[in-house]
Amino acid sequence: MVLKVFFPTCCSSAESGILIGRWISEQSSAVVLAVVHFPFIPVQVKQYLSQVQQVTKIKVSVLGSWSNSKREKEESLSKFLEDLGTIFAHEPWIQISKERDSKFWSCSTLQKESNSSKEEEIILVYYDQRKVMLSQLHPPANTSTDCKADDASKLTAVFDTVANSKILFMTDKYDDGPVKLTHWQSDGVEASIIVELLKQASVPVCLLLTFLLSLTSVVCKSRMLKFWPLSFLWSKLSTCEQLGHRLQHLQIISSSKKAQNQTQLMRKANIFVSLLIDVALGILLMSWLYRKSRIGHLADTLIPVADHIAEELQDLLQWLMGAPAGLKMNRALDQVLGRFFLYHIHLWISYIHLMSPFIEMILWYVGLSACLGLTVALCILSDIIALLTFHIYCFYVYGARLYCLKVYGLSSLWRLFRGKKWNVLRQRVDSCSYDLDQLFIGTLLFTILLFLLPTTALYYLVFTLLRLLVVVVQGLIHLLVDLIDSLPLYSIILRFCRSYRLAAGVKFRVLEQKQGKPLRLLMQINPLSYGSLVQRYRLPTCSCYPKDSWTSLCRKLFFGELIYPWKHKGEKQD
Amino acid sequence: ALRRRHHSASCRELAVRAPRLQLRALSALTSAVWLAAYGLFVLCENSMVLSAAIFITLIGLIVYLHFVKVDQESLLIIGSLGIQVTSSYASGKESTTFIEMSQVKDVVINEAIHMQKIIYYLCILIRDPQDPQGVSEVVPLFQSSKPRLDCLIEVYKSCQEILQQRETSPQSS
Repeated sequence: MVLKVFFPTCCSSAESGILIGRWISEQSSAVVLAVVHFPFIPVQVKQYLSQVQQVTKIKVSVLGSWSNSKREKEESLSKFLEDLGTIFAHEPWIQISKERDSKFWSCSTLQKESNSSKEEEIILVYYDQRKVMLSQLHPPANTSTDCKADDASKLTAVFDTVANSKILFMTDKYDDGPVKLTHWQSDGVEASIIVELLKQASVPVCLLLTFLLSLTSVVCKSRMLKFWPLSFLWSKLSTCEQLGHRLQHLQIISSSKKAQNQTQLMRKANIFVSLLIDVALGILLMSWLYRKSRIGHLADTLIPVADHIAEELQDLLQWLMGAPAGLKMNRALDQVLGRFFLYHIHLWISYIHLMSPFIEMILWYVGLSACLGLTVALCILSDIIALLTFHIYCFYVYGARLYCLKVYGLSSLWRLFRGKKWNVLRQRVDSCSYDLDQLFIGTLLFTILLFLLPTTALYYLVFTLLRLLVVVVQGLIHLLVDLIDSLPLYSIILRFCRSYRLAAGVKFRVLEQKQGKPLRLLMQINPLSYGSLVQRYRLPTCSCYPKDSWTSLCRKLFFGELIYPWKHKGEKQD
Repeated sequence: ALRRRHHSASCRELAVRAPRLQLRALSALTSAVWLAAYGLFVLCENSMVLSAAIFITLIGLIVYLHFVKVDQESLLIIGSLGIQVTSSYASGKESTTFIEMSQVKDVVINEAIHMQKIIYYLCILIRDPQDPQGVSEVVPLFQSSKPRLDCLIEVYKSCQEILQQRETSPQSS
């Protein structure tokens, strides 16, 4: 089998020494982790390696020799390096030598028990050690779960080897240890003061946050808030749901358990960045609103807007009470329904006018809650729209109920008209013999209902359209809120700035070749695409999505059943 | 147009060039869009239409060159490591996929019936981890450059030579 040697690019200019790393025999590949320089005592090297093996659980061993000679090849050095092969028994013993800054290295193996005498082909794969150590492979979903350990792909093995050998990279060349290594960090371990300070500061901050959150949850769960009108109100307002969602997020971040694996860490980071951006945008919005007293202007325009809506509705009803679109309505029913709805609008306007002195103050205080986040502000906007158009919702319910009654009455009387009956026990239509007076009254009622149908249907149609308009507007706002909630911003920024951290795979580039020398490849990290990144790291949200398909929605509209087009997760099914 | 490079005994690179962007088609499309925009401008006297047309043409061209127009597709097959498929776009962007040798079952030429023709395409069969004889996925190659059968046969023969090696190579101890 072809022998593959994964060689770190940082060791290309290292002094002569021996190579240490991991030998994966089933794939015939050697992953070189570092170079140990002369002088060294073999016993100490073996001790050091066994220590490293204990900590990292990876079989790190001496793989071969590395000679980097500035002058012509020295015979004595090469003999010495071959003799080392007998001290560190490793099968096969790899010898790599580089001459005078030449790009093309010669690589050979020494097999003690060579049962095949032909030359094995050797492939030299260069890799960037730091990037491979920091990166995380994202294999496609179908290959990850059921693979046994020995089926594991080569690349996962290589990445795991480098990632788990962090302890090896902690010793640098300024240490006074028995072994002198060269690897990517051998010039000195880098650390950032800011990161260390943040890590130290995060512990008390987390404790404080957990304490505050427990207080808040105690208050929220108190019995006082569970009484019927209040609990109904909380469940209907989307602001409360959004606040609850954010509280949950805060709990996840401030929990003192460390993240077990990479996915959890990314999730925590995504939630943190999302919250930060949300609050920043909210404060920006708040500062824009409160500057130049825009809140005052908003409050001043709110009442005229509500008045305007009411006037438009009144005009609409007057139009319906006349001859709308040239259709002839039943005059009496028309007047009854029209006057009924007009009275409602009159009541609504009176309530709005009653509240008008307090609107500005209420709006001012409610606007302050925008500092909790842009999503909260958008939810409040959606709730305000719902409250302002409450009369449209009421009209829709009245119209729908009336229409629904009419349709069911019509269908049942139609069955009577044909001499059939609905059998509730068997859930089917059976024939039935009616008395004459039953038939007479039934037919009379049927005729009345049939001829009153256009009027009711028209009112129903108009109010349903208005209601659907409001629902669409609310739905768009909720879509925006969901987008802000679920977008994994930290992952996207990481993919943009440090694309090697999120790897979908690797790519190989063939470097210059020379006849007689081993094949040289450069292994680079192939980053994850943005689409699969967002899909993988999406934050779960209390998303609202359409409950019904188009056909069932149309069916419900036709029969006059009340529609609640958006379903929230956690809502009871009706 | 097939270009072969033998880097070593077990490493080969095969590249196929896609048909180039036609200057005639590009100028025809641009002139049509600008004439339409000028016609709209004459109708509605709003100069925004002209700037919008220029903007749309530029953005459309950039998007087309960066995301749609494939310049060259290449296949790098390294025995005992894997197969790498690269598409390079007209704007210089390269999108690469690497499939490991342990996942590759075989490289075959498939036939497909498309409209009134029979077309041939080369594809890689991916092994199913659960079922050793089964195929879990088929990865078609050279989708944009669509080489003809003679070209495909050469690529097929090249790949099969390398794939044979992994069957006949002795296992390491």
